[in-house]
Amino acid sequence: MLVKGIKSRPVYATLAARPGRAHLFVAGGEGAAAILDLAAIAPRSMWADARIVHVPGASAGQEFGRQLAGLGVRSYDERPTITAALPLLRDWLDGARMGTQLYLAGTEVLIGRAMQVALDAGVDHSAIQAEHRGSLARRVQCVHCKGITEDVRTQPVRCASCGLMLLVRDHYSRRYGAFMGVNIDAEDPGDVPPIEEPFA
Amino acid sequence: MSSAAPKILVTTTEVTDVTPMIKRFRFAAADGGPLPSFSGGAHVIVEMHDGSVLRRNPYSLMSPPSQTSSYTISVRRDDAGRGGSRFLHREVGPGSTLTISRPVNLFPIDWRARKHLLIAGGIGITPFLAQMTQLLAAATPFELHYAVRSREQGAYVDELEELYGDRVSVYCGDRGTRVPVDDLVADQPLGTHLSVCGPTGMMEWVLSTARAAGWPEHALHHERFLAPASGKPYVVTLALSKLSVPVSEQQSMLEAIEAAGVPAPYMCRGGACGECETTVLACDGTMLHNDVFLSAEERASGTKIMPCVSRFEGRSLVLQR
Repeated sequence: MLVKGIKSRPVYATLAARPGRAHLFVAGGEGAAAILDLAAIAPRSMWADARIVHVPGASAGQEFGRQLAGLGVRSYDERPTITAALPLLRDWLDGARMGTQLYLAGTEVLIGRAMQVALDAGVDHSAIQAEHRGSLARRVQCVHCKGITEDVRTQPVRCASCGLMLLVRDHYSRRYGAFMGVNIDAEDPGDVPPIEEPFA
Repeated sequence: MSSAAPKILVTTTEVTDVTPMIKRFRFAAADGGPLPSFSGGAHVIVEMHDGSVLRRNPYSLMSPPSQTSSYTISVRRDDAGRGGSRFLHREVGPGSTLTISRPVNLFPIDWRARKHLLIAGGIGITPFLAQMTQLLAAATPFELHYAVRSREQGAYVDELEELYGDRVSVYCGDRGTRVPVDDLVADQPLGTHLSVCGPTGMMEWVLSTARAAGWPEHALHHERFLAPASGKPYVVTLALSKLSVPVSEQQSMLEAIEAAGVPAPYMCRGGACGECETTVLACDGTMLHNDVFLSAEERASGTKIMPCVSRFEGRSLVLQR
């Protein structure tokens, strides 16, 4: 059902060290491992100017926190949810200068929501690196009611706001940090294909 | 703008000595009508019939973009150059008619920026003069850092300080003051874009300093017009036109192609825009790529050349033209 080759579909890479005056990391769950992989090859000097906030989630038992804090970073914090982590990122960016590098690692939901905060603060999207780790779950914006449905794993999905069955598309908005959802049975109400789980 | 694009016949209405080396020329449409409006950073190509040679040089428009009754350009006389600036200084006065292209902007303001850090060296000030009137009108924050050899040789120093006050900082080579690029790029708010125009060495220094400080490529802008380099004479073969065209020491390949009567596309004539890109069918020798458009991979492929600034040394070069 997904149309391939949509240009706005984000393509994620592997985090790489870049020159900069400050290095800000937002990681969710197994995204912590992406930072540790970077630490294995990055110049040690970058960590003194680095701040990390981690949302451990289901990875809480894996002791990522001890390893991340052990990198010698300027600050390491943990937050229980993405929503609780974003104000910290907002604080860091308030007063930040050009040359600040932002590194995001985790689910697309975490990447998208942190990127929204950063763009709003004036960070150029090309100064933001993102590495996808963990679940493929999506944030979806219903094009009909504009409501956001979080943690979407199925195709189609029922809009959490207006109840329409939505076809989740690959069209992505950096501004909303969400994929587009379009009513799948508008012409033949009730004619809904079987629900699959492509975004587990 | 290809060679078939509309051109504008203009009359020179005013020539002003700005410094001992720089003259300002004001052009109005010969038919008395309005000129096309443009945006800050745009340039026009000025055609000059210098004896038997047709010269076409790009100059940035410095007048306010909203002003369509006339355009102004500032031209620094380059005594070591190929002759275009000397021709304008020597031959063009009030009443002279010239042909210019419609404005083209390869150095536009990126309006997404929250602040603009403008850095100019010498005559590189001209595109910023037009841009700053737009930035001021839009109430977009900016600061200009302007390097000149001396206050006497610096164009528009007094006017800029008067108009823009402490948004303008001037650095004079004869007093040993330099643009503090390290400090400037280290302390700019998020969302700042940097634009630089000036001598090649200065632009490379500014851009590499910003990159090393972690500035993203999207926030860096520069305008670099290259004058076509002179070199050894050679012959270029045009496969579609079935012509062999000699290129003299002082001529560019594009000028030689045009002189042979073969239409060829161009826009900036300075190696920057990519419009004149031409396919190379065969090359027995070395292409001297002087442009800043082709990537290293494209150069290595040996299949593309920018005839506005690039040359050739060797036995034969065949173009799909």
